[in-house]
Amino acid sequence: MFAVASKTGPLESLPLRFRIRLQSRHIPLMLTAFSLLPFVLFSISPETLAPYDPLMISVKERLQPPSSAHWFGTDELGRDVYSRVLYGTRVSLISASIIIALAAVVGISVGTTAGYFGGWIDRIIVTITDMVLAFPAIILAMAVATTLGSGIQNAVLAIAAVSWPVYARLVRGLTLQLRQEEFVQAAYVVGCSWLRVIRKHILPNMLSSIVIRISLDVGFAILSLASLGFIGLGATAPTPEWGVMVSVSRIYFLTEWWIGFFPALAITLLVVLTTLAGDELNDLWNPARKS
Amino acid sequence: MRHLVERAISLILILFAMAVITFFLARVVPADPARLAAGIEARPEQIEAMRKDLGLDQPLYVQFQSYIAGLLKGDLGRSLRTRRPVLEDLKLYFPATLELALVSTFVIILISIPLGVIAAVNVGTWIDYLIRVFVVAAMGIPPFALGLVLQLLFGRWLGWLPLEGRLDQLLSPPPQVTGMFTIDSLLQGNWVAFRSSIEHLILPVTALALGRFAVACLFTRGSMLDVLSRDYIRVARGKGLTEQRIIYRHALRNSVLPVITVLGVQIGYLLGGTILVETVFTFPGLGSYAVSSAVNSDFYSAIGATLVISAMFAIANTVVDLLYRWADPRITI
Repeated sequence: MFAVASKTGPLESLPLRFRIRLQSRHIPLMLTAFSLLPFVLFSISPETLAPYDPLMISVKERLQPPSSAHWFGTDELGRDVYSRVLYGTRVSLISASIIIALAAVVGISVGTTAGYFGGWIDRIIVTITDMVLAFPAIILAMAVATTLGSGIQNAVLAIAAVSWPVYARLVRGLTLQLRQEEFVQAAYVVGCSWLRVIRKHILPNMLSSIVIRISLDVGFAILSLASLGFIGLGATAPTPEWGVMVSVSRIYFLTEWWIGFFPALAITLLVVLTTLAGDELNDLWNPARKS
Repeated sequence: MRHLVERAISLILILFAMAVITFFLARVVPADPARLAAGIEARPEQIEAMRKDLGLDQPLYVQFQSYIAGLLKGDLGRSLRTRRPVLEDLKLYFPATLELALVSTFVIILISIPLGVIAAVNVGTWIDYLIRVFVVAAMGIPPFALGLVLQLLFGRWLGWLPLEGRLDQLLSPPPQVTGMFTIDSLLQGNWVAFRSSIEHLILPVTALALGRFAVACLFTRGSMLDVLSRDYIRVARGKGLTEQRIIYRHALRNSVLPVITVLGVQIGYLLGGTILVETVFTFPGLGSYAVSSAVNSDFYSAIGATLVISAMFAIANTVVDLLYRWADPRITI
């Protein structure tokens, strides 16, 4: 988790497609990926899988314990918790994807720029990166979300704003190493522009490290979004977002525990599974992790 | 000595950087702090007056100067809600969070190192496997979800531990010395309050420490495995030493060293977790203060709490670094 691709071996510089060949050592990853499949299905099509409308209020059926009609029970407004959890998968996965896309794009651009050009550009970027990393991530995300105001878009922005330095630092290190490689220098000598050198010769060679980093970060993104939702700075009330659902359920939690328990379970499962998948990917692709 | 000075300088730089970032968050990013400070129903001229009052009509660098000058004097602005100086509020809540974080760190060290060693010594067996599964699961549980489940289980269903707060409501807090109830009640010799404050800490500490302890445990395991494969361990085995002596006298010390470094990172997560766990347990600390300020758009309080929690993180990291150097005889300070 910590030594993510800090060292790159010869295997690392091979393009991705040459290294994926199904072997017995891939089984754990396949199993984890397989157990993630339901979550992906839920987020693609909650409409067909959810028995009820997640926003449908039915005061007559409020606070019902889990039953065959309502698998996860109903909440304080009589909404079906199971359907809301299913819809919540979509909210979580889409938001997490946007967070990671934003963080990775910013981090990679900034990191390659710093590593490739060096000098004062590098120093400025490294300073800013270190400044952001000096904060506990969720605290800074909370502060940013405070200034932006609540709402799920702002929460996504806030988390992305504190996540990009991790990518910038990783990519800068890799760029510094790759810049020394002969094939990169050769590309420069034959007259490739800097943009082409970065795009065609540097970026493809650090793809696997970036993919590992992303897979490890999905859990963090989901957890952070749920955390901001829980403290009241993320998604707002009727949205079926897991953190918000847990937060709203707090008043009822000691008696009607199912309202908050199932969304909390969903967060835990999704985070554990994505983290496991990331860890297994790391084991497979990162030669520094072989022990 | 030189290193001490270097660390001190870098700590000051980090704190300065934090001040810069929080300045931008407090003064530049929000649409209009003056409008917020003046209230929703303020007339334009009132907002203008508030802008002058807050110094927002000045150029940015002047604002920054006065912000830093204020920070150095301990002036973090006034809470928009309570109208009290933010520093006063923070002083009130700081000891609670410090106590929570210190106890959690202590618990993490106390549990993770033995478990990690046990896993490493039994590598490949079901004990090792069980510990690893537990660790991965513990890492994924959101601290707030864990807190709620613990409340339900131990507070409500079993009734063993209190649900929230720092002290039994019928007890009056011990006279303030450190502000940490456990220490203050001990100093007072008040065993009832001591017991109560410990009981109130157990669940929040568990919620906060479980995920973090997992990481430290995994790290100890890896580090121990690494050390156990070294030549000098083979030599020790060759000399015919008992396995126990090899583990405790030869391997343990060297494998614990790197764990110190990972603790620094974990303290960051721990402090971040306080905003969630303190909210769940209505624990009156910096974390819950930061959250209630943030949710009510009370900028200066939220930013002040952010700054203090982050400064705790920076200081903890410096201490961890110095500790590492002190513990490792190969590095001289």
